[in-house]
Amino acid sequence: MSPARDSTLAAKTRVAIGERPPRRRKRNDLIPALLFLLPNLFGFALFTVGPVGFSLLASFTDWNLTQPKVRWVALENFGGMLGNHAFWVYLVNTLYFMLGMPIAIVGSLALALLLNQKARGLVAFRTLLYLPSFTAGVALMILWKALYNPDFGPINYAIGAALDLLGLARDVSLPQWLNATQNMLGIDPETVRFSRAQVGLGARDALLWMGVWTAVGGGNMLLYLAALANVPEELTEAAELDGAGSWAKFRSVVWPQLAPTTFFIVVMSCIGGFQGGFDQARIMTNGGPAGTTTTLAFHIYQKAFEEFQMGYASAVSWALFALVFLVTVANWRFGNRAGDWE
Amino acid sequence: MNLRFHRAMLVYLLLLLAAATTLVPFVWMALTSFKPLADVESINPWPKVWMPDNYAQVFSQIPFARYYLNSVLIAGWVTFLTVVTSAMAAFAFARLEWPGRNHVFRLYLATLMVPGVVTLIPSFALMVHLRLLDTYTGMIVPASFSAFGTFLLRQFMLTIPKALDEASLIDGASSWRVFTDVVLPLARPGVITLAIFTFLGNYGSFLWPLVMVKSGHLRTLPVGMLFFDGMYGRQTNLIMAASVMSLVPPMLLFIAGQKYLVRGIQLGAVKG
Repeated sequence: MSPARDSTLAAKTRVAIGERPPRRRKRNDLIPALLFLLPNLFGFALFTVGPVGFSLLASFTDWNLTQPKVRWVALENFGGMLGNHAFWVYLVNTLYFMLGMPIAIVGSLALALLLNQKARGLVAFRTLLYLPSFTAGVALMILWKALYNPDFGPINYAIGAALDLLGLARDVSLPQWLNATQNMLGIDPETVRFSRAQVGLGARDALLWMGVWTAVGGGNMLLYLAALANVPEELTEAAELDGAGSWAKFRSVVWPQLAPTTFFIVVMSCIGGFQGGFDQARIMTNGGPAGTTTTLAFHIYQKAFEEFQMGYASAVSWALFALVFLVTVANWRFGNRAGDWE
Repeated sequence: MNLRFHRAMLVYLLLLLAAATTLVPFVWMALTSFKPLADVESINPWPKVWMPDNYAQVFSQIPFARYYLNSVLIAGWVTFLTVVTSAMAAFAFARLEWPGRNHVFRLYLATLMVPGVVTLIPSFALMVHLRLLDTYTGMIVPASFSAFGTFLLRQFMLTIPKALDEASLIDGASSWRVFTDVVLPLARPGVITLAIFTFLGNYGSFLWPLVMVKSGHLRTLPVGMLFFDGMYGRQTNLIMAASVMSLVPPMLLFIAGQKYLVRGIQLGAVKG
């Protein structure tokens, strides 16, 4: 941004009426700026910067709400965390849920491409598709808990009906969803290795697909729509003249133009994904069955507010912070070819 | 002509499919909320008998009106305070010239990366220390400062021509006058967008009220519904009626503020 100087309307007016320009060339509004920033800086210091530093300090202590004394334990919490098998399981759970990210992003892009077609009435669809992400929260999670009910829920009923329709034998048992440890990748909840008995659909998949349903028509779709509107028509027309088909046009013209948007979406999804999963776990599964839906965020909550181990919980939260930071920097280094949005 | 027609039909077909997938859960929720209890486990989604009384039941079984009021009150205050603090900070970042401005702004942006759980524990401890646990103040104040809001409004304010401020400054207006009389009115779409997002986010906010509230009369809608679900989980019809009612304010807000939202989301992400 260039400092606004003599090109401004006011300056031109001054010249036109023969007035001398003000003596001070460069403005310095430090005092008013501080006053304007004061309320926000107060909150920023008290509820963001302060807590970030405080939590780092706390992570080196054995701070526990049930004990009066707080001891400095250096790296003990971090050592305990890395040596704790459960921590790695929860990290895997968190990563598993992040598999929903690419699915949702591709879905958002597909919907945006559909909505970007020249046809009547598409705005109504845009509104409708945006509904889940706008109403997301406790109510929708309670709703999905009922939808996933293995005995009375409409989802299993629909699956059963579809199997009947296809004439498939019904000796396959229907998925137990929120009650089952099975998952699409067959990860054993204890060993975290592949196990054939664990292949199926269980709690992790239930939450993953619910997340996709919620996110697919949300903000990312709108971002892609805006980006599509900005693709220069000359480019697509030129490609058409060259005889490019729809796919070739998308692949070589549209997709590269969308790169900054995709980059932004991937970065933000990663930041959100690593710290996600709390609401789902607290409302729908309590982290189970067998800890399969406990993400790092829910683990931190349990340690801090159910077991009162504030020191240990702070250490895990800093590990999570480090992870988010590293992935964001990596995204930046390897993904930021065209995008720059600051 | 024929090809174009087929293409349009395909687009509609796919979008109808997506819209149906989006809507079916909502429709199921609404239908179930009218079922008698004996009917909730029946697979037929259509209620055998319509029970609008379910909605009244929700209010008599739990203090639902209280939860509603708490949520709207807290979200309303947080929205007001967030808009004021963010707009003032955004003005300093977008319209005033001062040394170190861009560095401070980058620090603000960087904090968007800090996971909420990192600040959760110290903020909670601070509230305990200040004896603000289990109070409205404790639920409202910590939520009222937003780096994202500052960022969003800064982006809006950057799109307003600078010549306007310069002109008023030369007329002898103070920075405060420029803020309230020139920049803020022109940034109205941004302010409305931020207000809608903030209200919505705090109306649905779950974790902070969950750790802050101990007594029942301070429960917000999300926390209250969690307890309702935990205690009366078998009464799916009543839970669904409560869910339907909890979705009314967001839906109204959505209908009223649609055009602002789309632009707001887009401006929050594009370069500026």
